Amino acid sequence: MESKRDKWLAFALVSPSIIALLIFVYGFIIWSIRVSLGSWKGLMPDYTFVGLKNYAELIADPRFQIDIRNTVLFTLLFVGGSLLLGISLALLLDQGLRGEGFFRSLFLFPMAISFIVTGVVWRWLMNPATGSRMSGLNLLFDSLGLDFLISKWHTTPQVGIAAIAIPAIWQMSGYTMALYLAGLRAIPDSLREAARIDGANEWQIFWYHILPLLRPVTLSALIILGHISLKVFDLIIAIAGKQVALDVPAIYMWTTTFDGNFYSRGASIGILLLLSVAVLVIPYLRYTLRTETEL
Amino acid sequence: MARPFAQSPYRFLLYIPLVLAAVFFLLPIYIMLTTGFKSFEEVSLQTMWNFPTGIHFDNFTAAFEKLAPHFWNSLRLVVPSALISAFLGSINGFVLAKWKFRGADIVFPLILFGMFIPYQSILIPLVSFMRTIGLYGGVPGLVLTHVIYGLPITTLTFRNYFANIPRELVESARIDGAGLLETYWYVLLPLSLPAFVVVLIWQFTSAWNDFLFAVVLTNQSSWPVTVALNNMAGSQIIAWNEQMAGSFLAALPTLLVYMLLGRYFVRGLMAGALKG
Repeated sequence: MESKRDKWLAFALVSPSIIALLIFVYGFIIWSIRVSLGSWKGLMPDYTFVGLKNYAELIADPRFQIDIRNTVLFTLLFVGGSLLLGISLALLLDQGLRGEGFFRSLFLFPMAISFIVTGVVWRWLMNPATGSRMSGLNLLFDSLGLDFLISKWHTTPQVGIAAIAIPAIWQMSGYTMALYLAGLRAIPDSLREAARIDGANEWQIFWYHILPLLRPVTLSALIILGHISLKVFDLIIAIAGKQVALDVPAIYMWTTTFDGNFYSRGASIGILLLLSVAVLVIPYLRYTLRTETEL
Repeated sequence: MARPFAQSPYRFLLYIPLVLAAVFFLLPIYIMLTTGFKSFEEVSLQTMWNFPTGIHFDNFTAAFEKLAPHFWNSLRLVVPSALISAFLGSINGFVLAKWKFRGADIVFPLILFGMFIPYQSILIPLVSFMRTIGLYGGVPGLVLTHVIYGLPITTLTFRNYFANIPRELVESARIDGAGLLETYWYVLLPLSLPAFVVVLIWQFTSAWNDFLFAVVLTNQSSWPVTVALNNMAGSQIIAWNEQMAGSFLAALPTLLVYMLLGRYFVRGLMAGALKG
């Protein structure tokens, strides 16, 4: 039935996109790897092969060690916080309360805003100034008598990155809620009824029956939040600019490459970032696409 | 009823955590708006939580004057980026869902992976490439970048949308003698308006909100509003009240889209989670 011409045409129609992605994704990745194995410092490209020297230097680089520490801490807090707040809000909104739609829209709107806007506003909310120059949340806590909450936020030594997780959770927990809410809505009421007849209490129903069914949602949310976390960049820049104390690989790559002209080092950071994301995403893609074809 | 607490007299207590969460979510909006509407005389860090005494536009006007050219750049960026990547995505999605060629199942995951890569891993080649083809510095190069890196998500959304359209529809069109192009143009394209809305909103939002590509690929005169706003916030000279007003202005277009077309926006978000 299908004509030869149409078969050829189908391929021809998608080929511009395929070629563009082959160049801009895969070609550029290979090009970056080549830069990362070279010795390009300064304005002129230099592809003189030095093997894994740039990677070895990075591993030994104290700044990169801070970056890894910051990323791990940020990821734990941001992913954990978003999952916890997301599932809590979803469970609350699943109770069929009046005003559900309003709350749902409210919790989700930060997704429409850029990390830059979020960062600029939270930069003032989390202003660490003290005394007569106190402002933002600290001022609010002070006037409410909640002095124990007053914080140095992102200027706290060692763990300042933890403060950055707050606006990140603000931005992404609504999305996590929406994922969980869709998952909860797909669970038939009959399942709860059956468990109730078996004598389970509400907590047991949640723990033994609902939560296991939400595992695929948790997996999706983990992957999505996790890869956003590894890539976090704009939010930190908008809150704190380029500070070594709040440095992460994505920022190090940017500053060392475009401010410092250490292209080979920058490319190495980029490739390490790519590898860490790939470890998360590739198994997930395989899993999702396989379950899809089984349907 | 099936929900716990459905008949509990303490059901209203569920509103306590919800309202607390709502306060958390509204704080930044409150501070942006109240600061924005204060007069210059009223603005001070010590009274930042106070309500404005009247409605003034001093801060908005001042912020807009600084950001206006960059708003224009953002607009010149997002409109073509969204339209072109949506159109290409719809063709790709159609072929991958309804007119599969040999190897389509290998091509699809390869396309999808492009959605997740950290762009730091392609930035150096991207900048060199844009310099070589003479598109570095201006808005057109940024449009091209957003179109290409937008293809995975637009293709995915359309493919999932078309996959849910009954095969019989395509087959009956074929029996009537329609070829590939006719089937797309007369049968599937008219059905795909909702998918177009989803994809256009998604691409509009992500291009409007982008910072990384813009800061690396454009000169100051071509900066979109995110880069200009970040620069404003980093400067010591520009007062925080103008930064608040500027933030609100920069967020307004995507917020309006969210308020008017929220349903489609959420669908786009869900597509990002790969669920059809």
